[in-house]
Amino acid sequence: MSEMMANRRDFLRVGSGLLVGLFIPESSRLAAQGRGGNGAVNPNAYIHIGADDSVTFLITKAEMGQGTVTSLSQLLAEELDCDWTKVKTEFAPVNPALYGNQGVYGSASIRTTWAPLRQAGAAARAMLLDAAAQKWGVEKAGLRTENGFVVNPASNARLSYGSLAEGAAKFPIPTGVPLKDPKQFRIIGKSVKRLDTRDKVNGKAQFGLDARLPGMVYAVVARCPVFGGTVAGFDATKAKAVPGVKNVVQIPQGVAVIGENTWAAMQGRKALEVRFDEGPVASVNSEGIRKMFAEYATQPGAVAKKTGDAEAALATAAKKLEAVYEAPYQSHSPMEPMNCTAVVYPDRCEIWASTQMQSGGRSTAAQITGLKPDQVKLNTLYLGGGFGRRSGTDFLSEAVEVAKAMPGTPVKLTWSREDDMQHDLYRPASYVKFAGGVDAEGWPVALTAKVACPSFFGGRPGTVDSTAVEGIHTLEYSIPNIYVDWRRADPGIPTTFWRAVGYTQNTFFAEAFVDELAHAGGKDPVELRRKLLRNSPRLRAVLDKAAEASNWGKPAAGRHQGVAVVNNVGSFTAMVAEVSVTAGKLKVHRVVCAVDCGHIVNPGIIRQQIESGIVYGLSASLKGAITIDRGRVQQGNFNSYDVLRIDEMPRVDVHIVETDNNPGGIGEASVPPLAPAIANAIFAATGKRLRSLPIRPADLA
Amino acid sequence: MAITFTLNGGRQTVDVNPQTPLLWVLRDTLGLTGTKFGCGMALCGACTVHLNGSAVRACITPISSVAGKTVTSIEGLSADTTHPVQQAWMEEDVPQCGYCQSGQLMAAASLLAKTSRPTDADIDEAMRGNICRCGTYTQIRSAIHRAAAIKAGAKA
Repeated sequence: MSEMMANRRDFLRVGSGLLVGLFIPESSRLAAQGRGGNGAVNPNAYIHIGADDSVTFLITKAEMGQGTVTSLSQLLAEELDCDWTKVKTEFAPVNPALYGNQGVYGSASIRTTWAPLRQAGAAARAMLLDAAAQKWGVEKAGLRTENGFVVNPASNARLSYGSLAEGAAKFPIPTGVPLKDPKQFRIIGKSVKRLDTRDKVNGKAQFGLDARLPGMVYAVVARCPVFGGTVAGFDATKAKAVPGVKNVVQIPQGVAVIGENTWAAMQGRKALEVRFDEGPVASVNSEGIRKMFAEYATQPGAVAKKTGDAEAALATAAKKLEAVYEAPYQSHSPMEPMNCTAVVYPDRCEIWASTQMQSGGRSTAAQITGLKPDQVKLNTLYLGGGFGRRSGTDFLSEAVEVAKAMPGTPVKLTWSREDDMQHDLYRPASYVKFAGGVDAEGWPVALTAKVACPSFFGGRPGTVDSTAVEGIHTLEYSIPNIYVDWRRADPGIPTTFWRAVGYTQNTFFAEAFVDELAHAGGKDPVELRRKLLRNSPRLRAVLDKAAEASNWGKPAAGRHQGVAVVNNVGSFTAMVAEVSVTAGKLKVHRVVCAVDCGHIVNPGIIRQQIESGIVYGLSASLKGAITIDRGRVQQGNFNSYDVLRIDEMPRVDVHIVETDNNPGGIGEASVPPLAPAIANAIFAATGKRLRSLPIRPADLA
Repeated sequence: MAITFTLNGGRQTVDVNPQTPLLWVLRDTLGLTGTKFGCGMALCGACTVHLNGSAVRACITPISSVAGKTVTSIEGLSADTTHPVQQAWMEEDVPQCGYCQSGQLMAAASLLAKTSRPTDADIDEAMRGNICRCGTYTQIRSAIHRAAAIKAGAKA
């Protein structure tokens, strides 16, 4: 069979079993796109039951560590009532007509599949019951299912799902099958082991960089070190003389050197002579960016939130505070550097990629090759970390460009660590000028924030990019007068989503400044937040849990606590960090986190993700930062951009506060409160208010 | 230039530029992709393999220096995913994205081969060169202690 196209035929393996189509769009947004208003939607396909009783789930969400392979399977298996130990998974092909938009960002995987995947499982189970009822000549209503079997209690007869699958596939797909009451769940809500672990401990798991094809060649690209720069000319003579170098081709992003293996290509690139037109960003440096932000912050901005009259309230406040907070650019630096493998033929293109943007990647390849999207097949491999970086399709574009220049030859394009760090799409740097006031009793009465930073989305002048202010304009505190505005300051450094997006900077800024207000008013930081969260019961509940679990106010001798909360990705998170500062040296001893993410699918994975976000936050708070000089990134590898190591890992205690709400996201829930919890704890320890990340030892001296 | 060495229990001869790092010989020439590329400068540990039984970074090990020696990669750690560190990693459900874990496992196996009951300080020392961006450090520590217990139990 050809490697062509993810078409319907790939799913209809009816000859060997059941396939369930489902008439549920992934989201109403997708329903609105191209599905018409007549209710006619394409079926989604998720479940395959083999005659051998194997159960294979098609996973539409890429796996980057967040646990989709396991947790999406739990949703399907719960309602299907199959034998969990027999579940296998495959990544679903990219097919917008079947699956809607496929991508993993915004901690949305469970949120967008919670209903439809359970409904898919329930529909499949109903069809298996139909098949058994027909076979036995009995009423379906009298039958039940049990761990991969249909059982007739009246006769004690049992038929396995595998033996029923082919017959079941002939029944119409039911709609509106009732779902289980959560009290009946036996797979959802349980810490079942991850399904991807075994292959990840024996080297078998196939990541993007592991794609291999017959006749494949290996490419690296020489890019202008300055953002926005272009190739002015090149001489490939020396590069082509390097043993193992097969070809040198120019692509829009730079000059590609193609070799018989990755190392040969890298050696060829070293020998390549390229001249670049560096363009206007060549004059940009970090100090200039900071001045630009500070200057912009004094100018009028687009209003993101206005409640009451903050200026008037500040003028009459018993006490007024002002502070400037800053955060630097950050790289994502997933362990797997960017890469992509592609082959282009005159009438089709096939891609093997670790990407967070499956649908977008396919569209991008179609645009580059001039093919129709359905002539492009994108194979999803495991992601060696994503964190938002792989929501970009820049690396995929490069691979397709090189493959297009060498039709019929599969090309694996690899970025070195330096390529990855110096050509990232960065978490934007940001700058906020706060003012706040407290009344005579010490309670906050006004808060203003003037935000200056680049935009993720661009947008028209005078409009607000909500990702630039989220974490500030979304604060749930009952402060009567709040004003938040934003001005776009774009120094020309490329940016994209970074784990938790705008909250990564803004929750640090806001939760540290609220801490300043608490101290200005003589209030305990937890007491102040409790009072201001009187209209936010879910956030207040996790705050109470974190305070209780951390023994708030009574840290161990020599240790100091800081607290922060956030409501993002549909979840509610509170965190208490416990630190000591001895002779200018910071040690983070313990982080206590309480999270309410509604209904729980897999507590083990939730704990993993909370801990993971804390580690990611610790690296960004205490370790590396991306700085710019002459339009270039100054860092290149983990020696100049360090990240948290095992010997710096604090104890982490995770408390899941389950509530009867639809699931919230989890992958990005714990990143935002980490930095302010640390900074607030450092204030408790030293009286120093650190308003800029990352925290450096010099700041503590 | 032909270079011969022992790889995962079998004799292996490759004809490549002798300066080529072992990492790329394993991955590109021999198709053993379990060993990962992370930094190219021995800064992250993703490419850790065993050379004559000791953990080394394959990304800075020229293939010429491997001639006549014995290399074990993640694929050769055990025939059936039963090495104590692999068992322990599964029991603790350590991996998230999983990309760094081959290197983590190889580093841990090397530690346990030399230190049968490592302390937390031993683990810090042996493992601080292996980066995990997903932050599985607590689980790695637990799994190493568990693997030590599995190993001790197997001997008892």
